[in-house]
Amino acid sequence: MTTPLLQIDDLSVKFSTPDGTVGAVNGLSFDLDAGETLAIVGESGSGKTQLAFATLGLLARNGRAEGSVRFEGREILNLPEEKLNAIRAEKISMIFQDPMTSLNPFMRVGDQMAEVLQLHKGLSKRRALDESAKMLDAVRIPDAKSRLRMYPHEFSGGMRQRIMIAMSLLCKPKLLIADEPTTALDVTVQAQIMALMADIQRDFGAAIILITHDLGIVAGACERTLVMYGGRVMETGSTDEVFENPTHPYTLGLLKAVPRLDVPQRDLQIIPGDPPDLTALPPGCPFTARCPLAHEPCPKIMPKLETVTGTHLRACHADMEDVT
Amino acid sequence: MTAPVLEIDDLSVTFPVPKRGGWPWTKPDLLHAVSNATLSIAPGETLGLVGESGSGKSTLARAIVRTVPASGGTVTWKGQDLSKMPPDKARAHGRHVQMIFQDPLAALNPRMTVGQAVAEPYITHYPDTPKAEVRRRVQEMMERVGLLPTLLNRYPHEFSGGQCQRIGIARALITEPELVVCDEPVSALDVSVQAQVVNLLSRLQREMGLSILFIAHDLSVVRHISTRIAVMYLGRVVELADAETLISNPRHHYTRALISSIPIPSPKAERARPRPILEGELPSPLSPPSGCVFRTRCPAAQPDCATRKLHLEEIGPGHTVACHYPLGSEALRRVKPEL
Repeated sequence: MTTPLLQIDDLSVKFSTPDGTVGAVNGLSFDLDAGETLAIVGESGSGKTQLAFATLGLLARNGRAEGSVRFEGREILNLPEEKLNAIRAEKISMIFQDPMTSLNPFMRVGDQMAEVLQLHKGLSKRRALDESAKMLDAVRIPDAKSRLRMYPHEFSGGMRQRIMIAMSLLCKPKLLIADEPTTALDVTVQAQIMALMADIQRDFGAAIILITHDLGIVAGACERTLVMYGGRVMETGSTDEVFENPTHPYTLGLLKAVPRLDVPQRDLQIIPGDPPDLTALPPGCPFTARCPLAHEPCPKIMPKLETVTGTHLRACHADMEDVT
Repeated sequence: MTAPVLEIDDLSVTFPVPKRGGWPWTKPDLLHAVSNATLSIAPGETLGLVGESGSGKSTLARAIVRTVPASGGTVTWKGQDLSKMPPDKARAHGRHVQMIFQDPLAALNPRMTVGQAVAEPYITHYPDTPKAEVRRRVQEMMERVGLLPTLLNRYPHEFSGGQCQRIGIARALITEPELVVCDEPVSALDVSVQAQVVNLLSRLQREMGLSILFIAHDLSVVRHISTRIAVMYLGRVVELADAETLISNPRHHYTRALISSIPIPSPKAERARPRPILEGELPSPLSPPSGCVFRTRCPAAQPDCATRKLHLEEIGPGHTVACHYPLGSEALRRVKPEL
């Protein structure tokens, strides 16, 4: 058996703040194979973004990561900056939620893109610009050559996100982490960007981790899904398994809370309460306070991830038959 | 049919945009944010308004609550033209129309306690109310939106996004308005909390007999709460119908494109979903296309779409559409038999 591209084992991310220690990610493990698409689904505060930041060594200064993150079999968690820089952008690259704040407003788009190649691949400026133009072409930005001379503010939100995608692909990374890539965009543009991501996956063969709260785009874009809550894995499996046969009350609640256009109108089912307070997580399951099936062991003991069928795992004390 | 509470007739809003490189006295370009919109809201009704960013839906809302001036057309409140109202009456009119904003935390003053924030509109409109009475009303309102009245003395930053939006709702409803304009009230909230707020709004609407103008870019949420839905594109209303008709039988090509670009949280349905992706993006409102503004992205556009004048026309009972070749029509079948 080949080693998975990315192996995350018992990863914890903690922040020390004046209000106490915030546990953003608590003992999380999963594997990702080369060329695979994995969706990490969760609401704000579920730790999905900090998970990505810890992987790439981008945590804020008061953050600490423990556990193990192996990329191509090599431990990369808490590597010193210079070693990480050789991995970031070349092997793993990231697309952020807000394309405007992740592009430098004072630099021409071409210069920003060329810089990546000059730094990582040692190309000359001229060749780097040529490569950048080709990449803009690949993300379907018309008239790429002349667009290189424009500044980020001259592009619309959708175009900026295309530039971000182009930039992240310049070094042909093996893994692309997309953190809410379409949240700031309109639905019509979102559909365009998601179609583009699918094409890129096909053409470049990169593995993709899609971090999102939108269950709709997950259903269409990813082979595997991992549902997070309070920094822990609640349920994971192939997207079909998780969506067609949810075995965790949180997954089920999320699916029922989404208004859908393809089914007759019904009352939206709600998940009562608010997202968890990360400074005071219970020792047991973080979803206990909002769970309709919570019972005696839930607040005290965190349920283990157990196999439902094959690759479909869940962490819940409740009987499977009760989750409907 | 009962008389509508609010009627918008041929409303236009334009903003002057200075010409690039022009002199200070050069005549500015005009940005048409809303062009000739005609809508009405009946008592107890929810009118949904959808469109992409830049379609003018928020500007339309602002024109209704009169925070931006209309450059043409009228907004009529129960038969009374709002633009002709004297200033003191217009201020008093504010208690009938209230607004709920997108970012709940930004809409609340961080230095005011929640109790003060909720009381403020009431004190503004009924300055002579005794303090105890105001307090009683605030507590009652907090309970109604599902917040503990004991939280009165807390500050907004101590609340989560969903709770802040509840405070925003309490603040809007305390003057007992007849119309509430909600500008993307749930877009900033998590899925699980979004459902709570949508359900709360529909419950309060039933209890208080409110009319709601519900603005959002997410058609699935809008459909959920609305009686009728209006679709806007580049400042114009392009289709208007009751919610179920609009979703199941859209006649405008833009409406259909909007519906089909909303992802469905089910892998099977998602694989089967047809994908007529809308190419390109919204044209600049500074120089909108001639004729039909949607023709540059429309899959069924014909040469005469650029020249013929376009109006909202009735195509079924209560169903109006602004298109020369609406979906499912004879004219469309003649030019594009495959659609």
